[in-house]
Parts: sequence; C-alpha cells; structure tokens
Amino acid sequence: MIAKKPSVEEKEITCIVCPTGCSIHVKRLEDGTLSIEGNQCKRGYDYAETEFIEPKRILATTIRIEMAKVPLVPVRTDEPVPKEKLDEILDFLANIKVKAPVNCGDVLVEHVLGLDANIIATRTLGVDTCDKIACEI
Amino acid sequence: MLQRETDVAIIGGGPAGLAAAVEARNHGCDVLIIERDDSLGGILQQCIHPGFGLHEFDDELAGPEYAQRYIDVVENGGIDVLTNTMVLEITPTKDLYAISENGVINIISKSIVLAMGCRERTRGAIKIPGYRPTGVYTAGLAQRFVNIEGFMPGTEFVILGSGDIGMIMARRLTWEGATVHGVVEIQPYPSGLIRNKVQCLDDYNIPLYLSHTVVRVHGKDRVTGITISKVDENWKMIPGTEKFINCDTLLLSVGLIPENEITKKAGAALSRTNGPVVNQFLSTTINGIFACGNVLQVHDLVDNVAVEAKKAGKLAALYSKGVQVPTSMEKQIVRVSPGNGVGYVIPNVINLDVKEEFIEKAGSMRFSLRVRKPMQDIYIKMRSGQKELYKKFHRYVRPSEMIIFKIKESIKDFLEGLDIDTPIEVYVEPKNKQPGKRERD
Repeated sequence: MIAKKPSVEEKEITCIVCPTGCSIHVKRLEDGTLSIEGNQCKRGYDYAETEFIEPKRILATTIRIEMAKVPLVPVRTDEPVPKEKLDEILDFLANIKVKAPVNCGDVLVEHVLGLDANIIATRTLGVDTCDKIACEI
Repeated sequence: MLQRETDVAIIGGGPAGLAAAVEARNHGCDVLIIERDDSLGGILQQCIHPGFGLHEFDDELAGPEYAQRYIDVVENGGIDVLTNTMVLEITPTKDLYAISENGVINIISKSIVLAMGCRERTRGAIKIPGYRPTGVYTAGLAQRFVNIEGFMPGTEFVILGSGDIGMIMARRLTWEGATVHGVVEIQPYPSGLIRNKVQCLDDYNIPLYLSHTVVRVHGKDRVTGITISKVDENWKMIPGTEKFINCDTLLLSVGLIPENEITKKAGAALSRTNGPVVNQFLSTTINGIFACGNVLQVHDLVDNVAVEAKKAGKLAALYSKGVQVPTSMEKQIVRVSPGNGVGYVIPNVINLDVKEEFIEKAGSMRFSLRVRKPMQDIYIKMRSGQKELYKKFHRYVRPSEMIIFKIKESIKDFLEGLDIDTPIEVYVEPKNKQPGKRERD
C-alpha cells in the first residue's frame, strides 16, 4: 500500500492553544512519523499535529437574504471544515440566496460541497419589507 | 409626554443589558430594556465570527447566535423592550428621558443599570495628519457595512491597529474579495489575541507591521495611499523609515472608549478609564444606578460581560425591592488602586460597612484588571499596607487579556481585614524577586 504523500513535509506552526504562542516545528520523517518540536505542553503537541495533517476551521460568513429587514443573514459551518476548502465554500455561498423567515440554527445548506458540515443561520430574521418599500416610494 | 414605569430600567440591549435584564427578571422584577438600534443584541449582531460563549454555553457560537440565546429568554420571559429608543438623559434624581418614534418618553424606575457599551476611537482621537478624504473608517463601522448592510467600503485596505476587530476584519475583507496590504501596529507586539494573528493574518499572508504607525493619509477626494513609518520605543517616528502603501481605504482599530455621556449628566463620578466609579456591588456613586459591560470597562470576552452584568442585574433588582445596596460614595470605603504594572482595577472602591446578611446575597468578591504590557513569570498580588490579600502566579500576561480573580476566603473576613485609611493595591511582582521559592499556579 502506498501512503498518501502529504503536500507539506515541514512546517512552522504558531500554537494558539494558550497566550504563550509557542513556535512549533513539525516535520515528517522518512518512516512517515512526525517530529514535533518546540511545544511546551501536550495540548500544543496535539494542536500542531492536527494543524499539520489536516488544518480545519469553522467558517463564518454571510448569505444574501430576501424579504428581511437587512440584505444579509450571517451563517457558519456547524463543524470545522478543511482549511483548503474555505475559498471554494465562500465562492459557493456567494452565489446563493435565501428568503426570510430564517431562524437561528436553521440548516440553509446541507453537506456543503459534499463535506460533513452544514451551513447554519446564526441570526433569526423574520419577514420585514417595510423599510425597503418606504425607500422605494 | 409619554410615561413608563418599571422596577429596573436597563439602558442598552447589547450583551450586558440582556444578561442584566434576564437576571433582574429572575429576581422577580418588572424590567424594561431601552435600546437605540432597531433590534437587540448590540455589537454582537455584526460579530459574525465564531468563538463566543465558550465559557457560558460550552460552545463556539457566532456573535448573533450568542445574542439570540439571550433574546429568546428576554422575549419569552416577560421583559419589556423599547427599540429605536435612545436615552437622552438621566437626571440626578434618576428620572430617565428617552426619545423614540413616538416622541419623548419619561421613564420612572426604582433602579437603573447602565449598559451602553463603548464606541470606537476615531482618527481625531489619534491625530493622523493629512486631508480628510473619503475612505477612512473605524474597523467596527466597516464590520457593520460588510456583515449587516451588505456593501464593501473599499477594495484595497490597510488596517491601523492590531486589536481583535482589526485582525478579524482583515480576514473578513479578504474573504469578500478585497486586498489587505497590511496591519500596522504601533506597539512592538500584536494587541489582539495570538489566535487571531495566526488565523486571520498568517493564514492569508497579510503582513503585520509592528512598531509602525500611519504618518500620512494621501488623497484629496478619496484615499490614494498611506505612508507608514517605524517608531521608536517612545512611539516617535524614525526618519528615513517611511514606506508608501497604495490603498483606497484605511481602517482604524485603535481602541474603544466607554460611552458615558449620560452617566456624566446624571452626576456619577467617572474613573481614569472613563467608566463610572463602582464598588464591589457595581453601584456607581449614585444610589440605585449600577453599571456593567463595556460602559464600565472594555472587555475582551463576552462571557465575562455576562457574569458582570448578571451581578449588576441582581443588585439592581435587590435595590428596587428596597434592599439598601451601598453606593461607591459612602463614608466607609477604601480605595482600590492599580500599582506596579497594572493599568486599572475594578471595583474602584470597596465598601467596608456591609450588613452581614447582605454579604451572602451580593455574591462573590470579584476583581478585574489589565496589565500595562506583556510580561512573563509574574505574580498578580493584592495588599493592604503590608498585609497580603491575594497572590497568584501567571506564566504569561498581556494587556489584551483581562485578568479576573475572586476572593476565596470568606468575604466577611476579607472586609474585616481591611483598614479604611489604607488603600488596597493591586500590582505585578516579578517571580525572580523571591529566590528559592518554587511555585506554580
């Protein structure tokens, strides 16, 4: 079996677990194991390991909404998603629109781009078009 | 004139006002929140990034989500809310006047909680020379444009100030298609959290210029660029280190100021940090007026705002029920002063003459402070004269991270150990001053 070759073989990672902010050097050795140096605690070790193998983030952005008092509804992924997928998800979300009412926690996109994460609304926005009509008049 | 009556009036419907309202309501009071915006939630509604509520809800919520949890409780809990209503004045007799779409309202309440939050420092406050072209905004205003109103204030950005809002906006603007040419910070260290430096700047290769500041804004009608310069340790620009950066927008993330115009009008004393002077009960110098959240001190975690606000809400509720909560003006008070390395401490004063049955009701004795600069291996200590009242070892402290501690011993013993003529001092002591002693937190 051929091991999947990771794209990065060596990386300097600033730890974000605590305010100390250790600079951790991670390197993949020839036998495939990782060498992790510079951390001062176990939590830092774990963080550097995950950050090296597959960095993930919760993505929070906005989606266009119609029939609400504001033009955007804030959203986020309900699970961390691979960092390298963020741009793709942002592009996808830039091109969709939802309609009020939306409740905080509603799933607006299931399994975004086939990932194990949904896009959920983080604000409740009821139907409210009064302001816009007033503007048009 | 319209009139409203309530037990507890809460000025501001942001996180502090919401938490105070819920707590006051839980103590059986009629509560009225007065909010100038069209919806509750305050600044949280534009803070769409995750990371809120880690302590309180054990979850990493987005700002509006965190607000919604409180708004749901407020809406289902029989708390009255006036939105689009701005408080103009609290008279020294605690009469409250507000303006709304229906005209001026006079609100009569038994107690008041100040929860107006803070506002951003502007260009004027930091004195950047040059013309006044379009394209200079505070970071929080830009955040509102981008996250709520749905438009971009520019395309090529430079951000002055590496506070958390500044760094979070750098990433946000990048995601929305803008180019952020750099974040400029006058201090030799980033002023926000390391987590934000890593995830908002480093992840997107946005340069952070430490020990730099903006010395000139170019452009007459619209910003066409800025000049930055290196500064020395006294923040004086170093000639010959100027660098021109092409941009059409400059965002300022240069600090927040508690918004206390109505507090002043009411006649309450303010402290050096522009917040009202408070005692351990978060009572201002005026009977029945309490303060919490960013109007008292600028917080970095909303969870801490909620803890503080609940305390203010509870004491305002007790006061409205006739409990005599001591104010920070009474005679039996001792001052709490920031000593070596400490910027400020809340509470500003401690009342000594407290009835025993009230001590229990009032809850824990909680102090919050900020250090002046980043330090390693230090003790935070508190003393009254030579008597040590508190001590804790910290491996690392930063001005951007508020330090909070509670008195562990009985509050009665703590108060009895204080001397009215000796101010309490909270200060930093380096660890190496005590050779031979090995201690960990």
